[in-house]
Amino acid sequence: MNLHDDFYERKLVLRHRLGQAFEWLCRLTTWLSMGLLAVLLLGIGRQAWGWLTFGFLTRGNSYIAEEAGIVAGLCGSLWLIGLTAIMAVPLGVGAAVYLEEYARPTRLTKLIQLNISNLAGVPSIVYGILGFTVFVRMFGLRDRPEKFVCSLGFVEFSFELPLGRVVVSGAATLTLLSLPVIIIAAQEALRAVPASLRHASLALGATKWQTVRHQVLPAALPGILTGVILALSRALGETAPLLVLGAAAQLSVVPGRIAGITDALTHPGKLVQAPFDQFTAIPLQIYSWVSDSSRGFEYVSAAGIVVLLVVLVLMNGTAIFIRQRFQKKIRW
Amino acid sequence: MTTLSIIYVLVTEAIVSLPPDTSFFQEIGLVEFFSETRWTPQYAEEQRHYGILPLLCGTLLITGISGLIGLPAGLMIAIYLSEYATPRTRSLCKPMLELLAGIPTIVYGYFALKVLTPFFIVPVFKHTFGLSVGGFNALAGGIVVGIMIIPMVASLSEDVLRAVPNSLREAGYALGSTKFDVSAKIVVPSALSGILASFLLALSRSIGETMAVAIASTGQPALTLNPLDAIQTMTIFIVNVMQGEVVAGSTLEKSLYAVALVLFIITLGMNMVSQMVLARYREVYQ
Repeated sequence: MNLHDDFYERKLVLRHRLGQAFEWLCRLTTWLSMGLLAVLLLGIGRQAWGWLTFGFLTRGNSYIAEEAGIVAGLCGSLWLIGLTAIMAVPLGVGAAVYLEEYARPTRLTKLIQLNISNLAGVPSIVYGILGFTVFVRMFGLRDRPEKFVCSLGFVEFSFELPLGRVVVSGAATLTLLSLPVIIIAAQEALRAVPASLRHASLALGATKWQTVRHQVLPAALPGILTGVILALSRALGETAPLLVLGAAAQLSVVPGRIAGITDALTHPGKLVQAPFDQFTAIPLQIYSWVSDSSRGFEYVSAAGIVVLLVVLVLMNGTAIFIRQRFQKKIRW
Repeated sequence: MTTLSIIYVLVTEAIVSLPPDTSFFQEIGLVEFFSETRWTPQYAEEQRHYGILPLLCGTLLITGISGLIGLPAGLMIAIYLSEYATPRTRSLCKPMLELLAGIPTIVYGYFALKVLTPFFIVPVFKHTFGLSVGGFNALAGGIVVGIMIIPMVASLSEDVLRAVPNSLREAGYALGSTKFDVSAKIVVPSALSGILASFLLALSRSIGETMAVAIASTGQPALTLNPLDAIQTMTIFIVNVMQGEVVAGSTLEKSLYAVALVLFIITLGMNMVSQMVLARYREVYQ
């Protein structure tokens, strides 16, 4: 009897030790990965220190490390994200509203739903190939690019078909990439709106459209906006699809060759022309700098990464701000 | 809707192309594609071989290393966050994980090439063990991809762990189990299918990962399982080819679509399975 108790006691101690060891192991892993994040950011910050000057932000790219700048990539990325937002947000929110508010749960909608969540997991490089085929080559329907000139009254701009490696192609590819993410996020935001709100609106004699427009959408707006910004910031960091599109990584001019704000105001034609110009983007420039093994470029790429991360943090900060700000107002 | 057509385009491009062209698989044939052990589509005409095995092997190597690192670490973090951590710790860790997940992959690539390889891998393997390591190696790429999938595994697994009803835990404690017994022998097994689904999703992400690997590990396509070699994965191949000018209609261009299709099918299959498992899992506990 005594012997048995002894045995049990020893086992119990062992079990508790094992439990504690496991807890510490888990805790260690968690903090280790957090520490890794810190190491990563600090390491890059240290490399970039001293290279991140005002000149770096306003210069074009160069083959000499000391003279390289990121303005082409920065403007290219901003153009890309702006156009992507213009294309992706109405499409994505529209699809989400349809799926949540209008579509009946048939087999087809189930299939579409499954499809969307699968598309969100497709590697971005596959989207790159797709964009290359559809937008850059246009299925190879035309061998030679054909030039079109379009007049908007006060300005005119020209573009080629097939589009080639221009900002619009890149933005369209990023649109395809971020659409599934936006749709899923918007759907979740719409689903979080309580049904009682819809019932109340319908009971007061509002039509379906009025209910969606004036009740459901405003209530779901913070959630949708957060999802949209997160999806766009993911698209901003994407390199592979743009690289596959063949966007020029070494370009040193801004799309449309706009020299500054005053230049854009005095020559509005350049603004319209810019989407049909060649482009580069921050991640692409970083990639070309990282692959460049000549002296000094590792610091330049670190500085580029810092710029990219700052832009991302700004976008994510906006998303968090919106979430905090509007969540408190609405109480159901 | 718009998204539905995407699949259609990709598949038609690779397998059934328009009548004037021959498609890739009509030119090469499935047997050579899957059994030939050399992948040299960029070489001179008579030396070209189209066997995807080296690319698959490179992808497998990267995915294997990243899985060895990312999956256990992610699961541990998930267990810690759902079973051990106080609400305050959790509210601190979750945004950090989101931050880790939001970092662009190219940053990880830079980290692998300029920090991990020169300061960690080369000293350890070259100076301590005397093995030959280059500036580009699969290990660095695999490690950073592993770090990259940690947040994904952690947050997905934590969701399924927290979906396990508390009554199961309480029953365990009532029978005299320690906290470890409850976590490792009750909670994890009952959430196992969901955890496996999150593993699958993470692995499919690491298969499709491009930039980090392309920066840190690019080399010649080779049938090797040595993590210190430079390798080529399916994604690296696509990026490398597309950086140069590709002649429209050439076999090289078609091989791109073939590789992209294989990549797409693999990741889609894995995603489908894990989506189905996750969906079923949600129904069980509600």
